[in-house]
Amino acid sequence: MSSTKTSRIGEETRVDKVNAELVTLTYGTIVAQLCQDYDGNYQDVNKQLDKMGYNIGMRLIEDFLAKSGVGRCANFRETADMIAKVGFKIFLNVTPTVTNWTSDNSQFSLIFEDNPLADFVELPDDGRAQDELWFSNILCGVLRGSLEMVNTPVQMQIEAHFVSDVLRGDDTTEMRVSLVRYIEDEMPPEEE
Amino acid sequence: MAVPAYRGTNNLQSLRTPNTSRATLWRSKQPQFDSSHNLPEYLEAYQSASPPLASPVTLGVFSLIIINKAGGLIYQREFQAGLRNLSTNDYLVLAGTFHGVHAITRSITPKIPISQPAPFPATSSTGTTVPAASGYSYPNPGVPVSGLDYLETDKFRMTCFQTLTGTKFLLFTDPLTGHVDTIIQKIYELYADYVMKNPFYQIEMPVRCEAFDRHLGAWLRGRT
Repeated sequence: MSSTKTSRIGEETRVDKVNAELVTLTYGTIVAQLCQDYDGNYQDVNKQLDKMGYNIGMRLIEDFLAKSGVGRCANFRETADMIAKVGFKIFLNVTPTVTNWTSDNSQFSLIFEDNPLADFVELPDDGRAQDELWFSNILCGVLRGSLEMVNTPVQMQIEAHFVSDVLRGDDTTEMRVSLVRYIEDEMPPEEE
Repeated sequence: MAVPAYRGTNNLQSLRTPNTSRATLWRSKQPQFDSSHNLPEYLEAYQSASPPLASPVTLGVFSLIIINKAGGLIYQREFQAGLRNLSTNDYLVLAGTFHGVHAITRSITPKIPISQPAPFPATSSTGTTVPAASGYSYPNPGVPVSGLDYLETDKFRMTCFQTLTGTKFLLFTDPLTGHVDTIIQKIYELYADYVMKNPFYQIEMPVRCEAFDRHLGAWLRGRT
């Protein structure tokens, strides 16, 4: 599927809208509460956010497929495009840039110019949050959960983590996504 | 044989399609013996005779079955009175059997020798190096093998829609009902909304969501 066509699906898929501030505040409250509950153990907070995202992803994928009506992707590059231009566009109304591919097409980065989850956020000034907390870590779980659910004809096992975040004072917000393996015997045709 | 009964007629008879021009057939999305995608004669006659339909015809939807990716029955509902009752156990067997049959139809989709000129220019430019071990490939390599797509008899049409997540929606309709794809797509949307997004629904488990029942029933009756 051509890249422009993918973008158009992202633009045209109609979904009900909610107030973005409500989402931002709700998410912020959850993260803040988790930080409190885990007593500032940010590793555990990251883990918990990822787990929550995973559970969301497993459900959200059906909504994504039903509403966007997209077919299956032929390879991981198409999957990446679909995630950025349709998935993020529909659910967060942002389109992260897909870049930094490895030569074997199994890893890429998503660069977020704009991250609605992190609007208004300043990380706590305790000297550790800046180094340990990945505020938007829920998104990694969402990707992992949703891609794992797609299993016709192959299931994808991926790994996703943030490598930088403007909240920590980095220049960009970047998520690294790696294809761990395709589960099942049948491999999709490789590109080129 | 756990085939859903239709208004008291013998299942096997309706599958056998006695001495009518109406053929029992199943098709999958891969073009195979004929790719002309022609409708049975009687359907063509029906379609040309009827005026263009303004909205999807929801009339003539008999029943719906949802099968999870492991082949387990997770939802079953009838929309018309007069269907012969099957026990829950029969439905479970039907779901499991269909799951197997579907897998078989996917694997028996015929392949053609790749030495033949490909009917679609979708093979890669280096056609000779395509590593098809057997030297055969699907007629249209761009289209994934879908397996059984629908099965039609003169009494009912069973349409199977498999989502990319492996869930199968099985819809039994009157063979004359049009826009079945639209109906199934809408059912999938309702499922995504009222089943998957219900935080207390456990994934892969039987669907007991009252809101799904309600919206599905209301939509099929033609009122939002």
